Amino acid sequence: MAVPGNAITTPLCYRPQASVPQFTNSPTVIVMVGLPARGKTYISKKLTRYLNWIGVPTKVFNVGQYRRDAVKSYKNFEFFRPDNEEAMKIRKACAVTALHDVSAYLTQEQGQVAVFDATNTTRDRREMILSFAKENGYKVFFVESICDDPDIIAANITQVKLTSPDYEDCDREEALEDFLKRIECYKTNYLPLDDERDRSLSYIKIFNVGSRYLVNHVLDHIQSRIVYYLMNIHVTPRSIYLCRHGESELNVVGRIGGDSGLSRHGSKFASALAGFIQEQSIKELKVWTSHMKRTIQTAEALGVPYEQWKALNEIDAGVCEEMMYEEIQQHYPEEFALRDQDKYRYRYPKGESYEDLVQRLEPVIMELERQENVLVICHQAVMRCLLAYFLDKTAEELPYLNCPLHSVLKLTPVAYGCKVESIFLNIEAVNTHRDKPVNVDVSRESEEALDTVPAHV
Amino acid sequence: MATPPRELTQNPLKKIWMPCKNGLPEKHISQRKVCMTNCPTLIVTVGLPARGKTYISKKLTRYLNWIGVPTKEFNVGQYRRECVKIYKSFEFFRPDNEEGLKIRKHCAASALNDVRTYLSEGGQVAVFDATNTTRERRDTIMKFADLNGYKVFFVESVCDDPEVIASNIVQVKLGSPDYTDRNTDEAVEDFMKRIKCYENSYETLDEIKDRDLSYIKIMEVGSRYLVNRVLDHIQSRIVYYLMNIHIAPRSIYLCRHGESELNIKGRIGGDSGLSARGKLFAKFLGKFIQEQNIKDLKVWTSQMKRTIQTAEALGVPYEQWKALNEIDAGVCEEMMYEEIQDHYPLEFALRDQDKYRYRYPKGESYEDLVQRLEPVIMELERQENVLVICHQAVMRCLLAYFLDKTAEELPYLKCPLHTVLKLTPVAYGCKVESISLNVEAVNTHRDRPENVDVSRPPDEALLTVPAHQ
Repeated sequence: MAVPGNAITTPLCYRPQASVPQFTNSPTVIVMVGLPARGKTYISKKLTRYLNWIGVPTKVFNVGQYRRDAVKSYKNFEFFRPDNEEAMKIRKACAVTALHDVSAYLTQEQGQVAVFDATNTTRDRREMILSFAKENGYKVFFVESICDDPDIIAANITQVKLTSPDYEDCDREEALEDFLKRIECYKTNYLPLDDERDRSLSYIKIFNVGSRYLVNHVLDHIQSRIVYYLMNIHVTPRSIYLCRHGESELNVVGRIGGDSGLSRHGSKFASALAGFIQEQSIKELKVWTSHMKRTIQTAEALGVPYEQWKALNEIDAGVCEEMMYEEIQQHYPEEFALRDQDKYRYRYPKGESYEDLVQRLEPVIMELERQENVLVICHQAVMRCLLAYFLDKTAEELPYLNCPLHSVLKLTPVAYGCKVESIFLNIEAVNTHRDKPVNVDVSRESEEALDTVPAHV
Repeated sequence: MATPPRELTQNPLKKIWMPCKNGLPEKHISQRKVCMTNCPTLIVTVGLPARGKTYISKKLTRYLNWIGVPTKEFNVGQYRRECVKIYKSFEFFRPDNEEGLKIRKHCAASALNDVRTYLSEGGQVAVFDATNTTRERRDTIMKFADLNGYKVFFVESVCDDPEVIASNIVQVKLGSPDYTDRNTDEAVEDFMKRIKCYENSYETLDEIKDRDLSYIKIMEVGSRYLVNRVLDHIQSRIVYYLMNIHIAPRSIYLCRHGESELNIKGRIGGDSGLSARGKLFAKFLGKFIQEQNIKDLKVWTSQMKRTIQTAEALGVPYEQWKALNEIDAGVCEEMMYEEIQDHYPLEFALRDQDKYRYRYPKGESYEDLVQRLEPVIMELERQENVLVICHQAVMRCLLAYFLDKTAEELPYLKCPLHTVLKLTPVAYGCKVESISLNVEAVNTHRDRPENVDVSRPPDEALLTVPAHQ
């Protein structure tokens, strides 16, 4: 990548670190609003995971957590009674502490977005946050979740509240009863964002888990992306299956990239995959592949319709396409070392980086969020990126995630995260995982560079 | 039970792997990208006159066609003009004008008929552009859609700001065929009375009554939106697009990098630096930008040396987008056309046969480029004044979006070096000013030759190659 001549002074250009153009100069505070059990924490965590994945440093600040740290043991809903002055003082102090940490994160720790996760149901509390943001030069974007469907609320309580630290020592009936009383404590003073009075604020109101949205005053690119994301996620139960193509001819000889067909073992895997999919009896499964022969051949064996996505193609290794690691070390020892130094950001000459891959895969993730049951047959680097999104892995961990051939990962959203089941389909395959070697220095010996190269023909 | 895997063959034009039988491609359900719609979609605009419905219809249609979703708008006012040859006055629109009502209802039905024809002949989205302000009219449309298996998505534009309405009237109504013989004041007065005719019977989309419909309500020129029941991918994309467009006046400047070393040698692709003339262009571009005195201009480049070098000469901050990189010519990177003809005569011919869909081996097609550029277009819609310094194929794609060019025209749009195109949205379209900065450069435009047959002799293939060193 070309670098401008005078690198000593502040460069006039800057290379975007994220798939988001760097138009947000001021950090953003996303403020959740809503009664308990309306999905605020679910949204906060998911949004934070998405923003971090696309390269926008984001962190959640859950005021309930601060409260649990301040008041060591939770007794009952009486703590939340609006006339409980002692508790009110504590709760306000917790909010203030959390805001303090927000400003530390955004101003000193290079954070770009902070998600302030609390009920924030009164106008007073929201005014306090707006003043805080104004003082610090932060933009504010409210996300309000409104739900009056008792079934949804009951489901939320069951999924995430009954197992909360607050209710460790209670039985289900007790916990449920107490929590419902807790919600009542907030209802009397709840003032939703108002169409008239709050018309100059930037916000999205989500009604009944997304059947309706009210979007007001979106100010910039990041808010626009947040709105788009929130409008595409859903909570319908489903599973996402991720796997790589069957072992390929080039895999067998230890060469990267290319567009080869399946080896004998790879074809066997494809058949085994077909059997597995049938057994799972998945409702309305969609199957996606890349444009490369090996994923398509794998999908062909399933005997069901599938969709080809160019965006799912393997990382482009540029001048190193179809080389063995030994050859890369031989012809491009410096490149090989640079890659080991920062595997996420390293871009192959005339090729791509993992960072580029994430940007390329964002529409795939968006569509995966919209869909229900999907099987994605892709490639090692691609699968690592997708997995990192679902399992909230950092940029450092991402390029080293283990995605072996002939294994299917079944991801099922549960509570605030994702359950992972790894199913190995019992067909032999080469190992294509190369760990980070100990010596990443440009001056290292060949053997040190090739220390972790997996065996091949 | 697993079926034995079918043989695969690679389509020579698009380089897509498809199952085949006896070496011939088999009919297959796999698609190139996400299937946007299983059934066609009918977008129905709703709103009083002068609320921007036609503006939105045309812009949305342009966007959807550009991203590859065959879309067409059906403007009922147009049908009415063809039916009632001469427009007299607002009296035609009075709710008690039975004759007028009959004609208008007939026009709507006629338009719906054409919608049905379009959607059954390969169209995927139809935009039904009319006021559709009564529940009765909307029910009629939904029955029609139901009968034919179309999904319906309403786009309502609500605006009470008299200034915005007045501005709309001036921009697009006064120039309408309805008012060719009227002076400005008469026309405005008549049009205001026309709006009044609709106001009494206007039933806005209601949160309760219309809770089961899919729609977006755009309020106050886009500062607020109500989105209800988005059903599928295409509706989600439409909502995202509508929420990103704005009408604040601005200009978009498109140009290519200055002439590069490889340009001079007649070689495509690569990552070379500017030639001496290219550097001169960059300097002149800097001066030009200064003179234009553009408010808050953003400058974007690709991540290739030649665009960055060009931007550097401007002395202002700029942002690098990988998405703006030139089309990847794969195995043909850095070749001259003569060499491509020499080494890959088949590929060279296929490209001439369908330049939009043709994908270089291990490279990209124009079609791929459009998909890659979509986030750039989306951000351009959000922004105001922007200068995009890019490349020939990229600039063609962007230009095609703004000027509503077809996939056939796109790869042959003229984007010469050292020329800046200034695009300014006006009324329903885009004004283009072409400014050559008077620095000589090679011509890099290769027209489609007459003979595109695989069997053609080399000189026929190379007939239209521009001169180079």
